[in-house]
Amino acid sequence: MKYVDEYRRPEKILRLRDAMHQLVSRPWTIMEVCGGQTHSILHHGIDQLLPDPVELIHGPGCPVCVTDTSLIDQAIELALTPGICLCTYGDMMRVPGSIESLFSARAKGARIEIIYSPTDAVTFAQQHPDLNIVFFAVGFETTAPASAAAVLMAEALSLDNFYLLASHVRVPPALEALMQNKDCRVQGFLAAGHVCTVMGYHEYHQLAQTYHVPIVVTGFEPLDIMEGIYLCLRQLETGKHAVENQYRRCVREQGNVHAQEAIHKVFQVVDMPWRGMGVIPASGFSLNRHYVHRDASVLLQHAPTTSKTNTNDPCLAGQVLQGIIKPPACPAYGKSCTPEHPLGAPMVSSEGACAAYYHYYGHL
Amino acid sequence: MCLGLPGQIKSITGEDPLFKSAQVAFGGVQRQISLMYTPDAQCGDYVLVHAGFALSVIDQDRASTLLSALESETSENKAT
Ligand code: SF4
Repeated sequence: MKYVDEYRRPEKILRLRDAMHQLVSRPWTIMEVCGGQTHSILHHGIDQLLPDPVELIHGPGCPVCVTDTSLIDQAIELALTPGICLCTYGDMMRVPGSIESLFSARAKGARIEIIYSPTDAVTFAQQHPDLNIVFFAVGFETTAPASAAAVLMAEALSLDNFYLLASHVRVPPALEALMQNKDCRVQGFLAAGHVCTVMGYHEYHQLAQTYHVPIVVTGFEPLDIMEGIYLCLRQLETGKHAVENQYRRCVREQGNVHAQEAIHKVFQVVDMPWRGMGVIPASGFSLNRHYVHRDASVLLQHAPTTSKTNTNDPCLAGQVLQGIIKPPACPAYGKSCTPEHPLGAPMVSSEGACAAYYHYYGHL
Repeated sequence: MCLGLPGQIKSITGEDPLFKSAQVAFGGVQRQISLMYTPDAQCGDYVLVHAGFALSVIDQDRASTLLSALESETSENKAT
């Protein structure tokens, strides 16, 4: 496939590996922010190619993993309410809520449709005027434009049965929160290329300057990631901390302004709870006052609850998502927690670090 | 849901920017994709798609130049 195959050629990847080995003089710790990159790294064995002193740690960029338990609980409550159908991305189905997952709720009769795009939820609402359709709008800045578009389409079509359970998250405040954690080991970031496709990377200059970290906007194919790491190491070795763009074929500094306009038209920036990481200021999007009539919380029978915290929860997702520990360091990993019987979201999601380790390394 | 895929635009339908869409081929599979955020995309262009929306037109001319730079560095080193 074009724009895939040519970024997987072993000879180019090995060329970069050799250049990296020549370049590195001491230990460095680099975080790839996005769960898609984590999977690519483990899938293609990139972690095995790096010089010994270079360590990759895995970041919070798994939208399924960071969605707070309270949101899953609300989604289940909505889906179980007569007259409501919940439309969701398939990845959310097996994420544990405080009591159960959407998957097990569906077995009990909850009405849930799995969709590929929010536009499918709009079409579904058109076809089922007798039902209230709630789209479970989660994800980073990559899926926020699609959710915003669905709201604008529902407005244009005057659909009064289309709602959003919105819990979109923003990457830059999360990176800032990571850097402020005293246990943070990150010395350089590979920023998530697809998020920057939408938002650009002008917001990152300040972060790089404040925390003296190089930030390299990086793509998802093995060659992209090798280049991203090389550029990051080159800055670290020369004492620089600037923002660089490896993923130039898709990302411009200003991002996609049409998508940003739609996001700002529909959403407002709010504080948001992240699973295992607590509330991060200004790290989320919810519907703004012009679109509150599409907020699914009006359909909830109970006031939205904050997470019913399970004090016996063995899942260390918070530490995994901040790169403080790697999945095999969790005592439950591969024992009581496997993809078949996940205890936490990072073992469920196709972008979760625990699932990635389990898939490529097994029990360890 | 966050994984983007590059695909090639085969045909475009619709005038209204909100509902403009395209048939996009991902290898052998085709899907209807919204062009709301890439209104200037043309037939034959490659676009990066997330959750049914094209978010960027891929620009071949802006591919990375790092490898060729590294290669010329090495050949200079060899020459000296
Ligand atoms: S291995 Fe399971 S329990 Fe441990 S952090 Fe990962 S998802 Fe949570």
